[in-house]
Amino acid sequence: MSGRDVVLARVRRALADVPRGEGPHDPPVPRDYRRVHGSRTAEETVELLAENLADYRAVVHRCAPAGLPALIARLLAARGARTVVVPAGLDPRWLSAAEVAARPDRATDTARDLAAVDSVVTGCALAVAETGTLVLDAGPDQGRRRITLVPDHHICVVRVPDQVVGSVPEALPRLAPERPLTWISGPSATSDIELDRVEGVHGPRTLEVVLMAADGEG
Amino acid sequence: MSRSFLGMPAFPRAAAVSTRDPRLRANLAHATHTIRDKRARAVAELDDWAQLRAAGAAVKDRTLRHLDHYLEQLEESVAAAGGHVHWAADADEANRIVTRLVRETGEREVVKVKSMATQEIGLNEALAEAGIRAYETDLAELIVQLGDDLPSHILVPAIHRNRGEIRDIFRREMGKWGRPAPEGLSDSPAELAEAARLHLREKFLTAKVGISGANFMVAETGTLVVVESEGNGRMCLTLPETLISVVGIEKTVPTWQDLEVFLQLLPRSSTAERMNPYTTTWTGTTDGDGPRAFHLVLLDNGRTDTLADTVGRQALRCIRCSACLNVCPVYERAGGHAYGSPYPGPIGAILTPQLRGMAGPLEESLPYASSLCGACYEVCPVAIDIPEVLVHLRERVVEGGPVTRRGARVVLKPAKGHAAERAAMRAAAWTFDHPGVLRGGMRLAARTRRLHPRRLPGPGRAWSDTRALPTVPAESFRDWWRRTRGDAGGSETGGVK
Repeated sequence: MSGRDVVLARVRRALADVPRGEGPHDPPVPRDYRRVHGSRTAEETVELLAENLADYRAVVHRCAPAGLPALIARLLAARGARTVVVPAGLDPRWLSAAEVAARPDRATDTARDLAAVDSVVTGCALAVAETGTLVLDAGPDQGRRRITLVPDHHICVVRVPDQVVGSVPEALPRLAPERPLTWISGPSATSDIELDRVEGVHGPRTLEVVLMAADGEG
Repeated sequence: MSRSFLGMPAFPRAAAVSTRDPRLRANLAHATHTIRDKRARAVAELDDWAQLRAAGAAVKDRTLRHLDHYLEQLEESVAAAGGHVHWAADADEANRIVTRLVRETGEREVVKVKSMATQEIGLNEALAEAGIRAYETDLAELIVQLGDDLPSHILVPAIHRNRGEIRDIFRREMGKWGRPAPEGLSDSPAELAEAARLHLREKFLTAKVGISGANFMVAETGTLVVVESEGNGRMCLTLPETLISVVGIEKTVPTWQDLEVFLQLLPRSSTAERMNPYTTTWTGTTDGDGPRAFHLVLLDNGRTDTLADTVGRQALRCIRCSACLNVCPVYERAGGHAYGSPYPGPIGAILTPQLRGMAGPLEESLPYASSLCGACYEVCPVAIDIPEVLVHLRERVVEGGPVTRRGARVVLKPAKGHAAERAAMRAAAWTFDHPGVLRGGMRLAARTRRLHPRRLPGPGRAWSDTRALPTVPAESFRDWWRRTRGDAGGSETGGVK
């Protein structure tokens, strides 16, 4: 017998007590937990996102679309970034004011190539206010998972309020499971030494989030 | 190479040593108290915690009751997404499969994400025998590996080490595994984390094979989920060309929607955060992003035996958050190593004996490694009634009875060393069935109370070594009742039964 047959046969023998009539969708799961905690306006949800991002040591900035290129240019200059990796589908205007060498996200780049890059600029799939989480789904404005991992500085632009959801239960239906997802809540961190929190272990040490208001707002 | 848990002494012997280690006690008390307070605050933020907990338990129960269905569905979805599924009935089979898969890549080194399942099967040791070096990349696991030590906590495996000990290990050992610790390394956590970053980066950037576990597997979509903090997980899951995930079959959940429950329960229960810094989900392989080959090894290794026990089955709901360790008065004093398994604390006390079968003195002793205070049940995010299972397993140890081992029904003999307890329980049962004898015995006890020893003789000595014997009152309740209220000849034999 193969390992598969052995394990499945054992499972079936172990479950002899389960009544024959009971189907895989029984017993029902009570889902009386909240879809979202508290009621908030769209603006309040964005405020909560900003608060929770900052609580996890992400640096939060706000701007209108027209101000984004200047803001990104300023953030990159402040870190002395000379090279920036850019996802293929990123709006080229975002980096139009920055004096950096923009390097497209390419499949042929090795991890070592990426380690030599200073910063990365991406969009996101959505952000979760209650937990202060950015979700990337490797879409055209986010690129491969590794580009937001290896460089030490990540600037992520969130379109508010459209890309902001209140809670985890509101986030999942908007995400496609077949895409590779990365959920980011603050920069890389560890608490393995005496439970003292230290930011910046293997992922980017600095996470900057730009909350970009929709046109006509900010 | 890490040592193995096999051949560890029974819990009372190991705990007798560890409880006398003041440094260990101090490290543990600091850590467990810090995290338990933080966790309480994180949980209090959600006013529907009780409902989430009930939903989490129900999702897991539903999955377990139809595990064959969900495993087959999972296999199909993973394969449809470009992954390869392997099945391992036990540790040896899992280790053989992983070793073969690594060999087929031609590589001699692998990077590892922290994984309880691979600890449980001793994968690093098996790979070492095959000439393959496995690098642990989680900071705490790195500390354990460099220190040739064993993990002592599910979430923070090096919790028994303080910063000074960690600095000494890094200075002494890092150079033997790769990039040495920086000159003049201090014991500040930030500097130690930086040393780990530098040491591991060269491994990440060149690794061709990554090995992981998973926190959840979604049957409906074939998606695997890893939650972590440091980014070492993301490194191992996305940079190598080949990814091999070894996952216990009980980690399955039916639907994508079910993740909304566990992604709320797990981080708050475990690290006391609203959300852990990084969560990675992947479904098979994606062109041009991440590993080109993905292998999923589904691990039984005692899980189906646990499933066969209708009381003990609930232990398989565990999502490895470690909240039960952090509140346990026994864990806090004895430390994780005393449990002789990668799964320490209250959950280990019910999981280890079930996964391994009551295989020896260690497994037989674990159901007793508890004060039955119930704190572990209170904090469990999937409502595992750990005290209930402990009592159930104690009964198994003392009385023996039918159990499932490696898929076959066998009758377990009563454990040696519990003969006195068994005899005492039988005598007690007989006495309670014979009220006249009970009455006579109580009178006799009352009249001879001045002659009672302070400690029990014979097999009862171990019990009274650590407990004060109750003093026998001068008059039994029955006699008092008769004297003060009773009418002559009262109803003392008829009324109670």
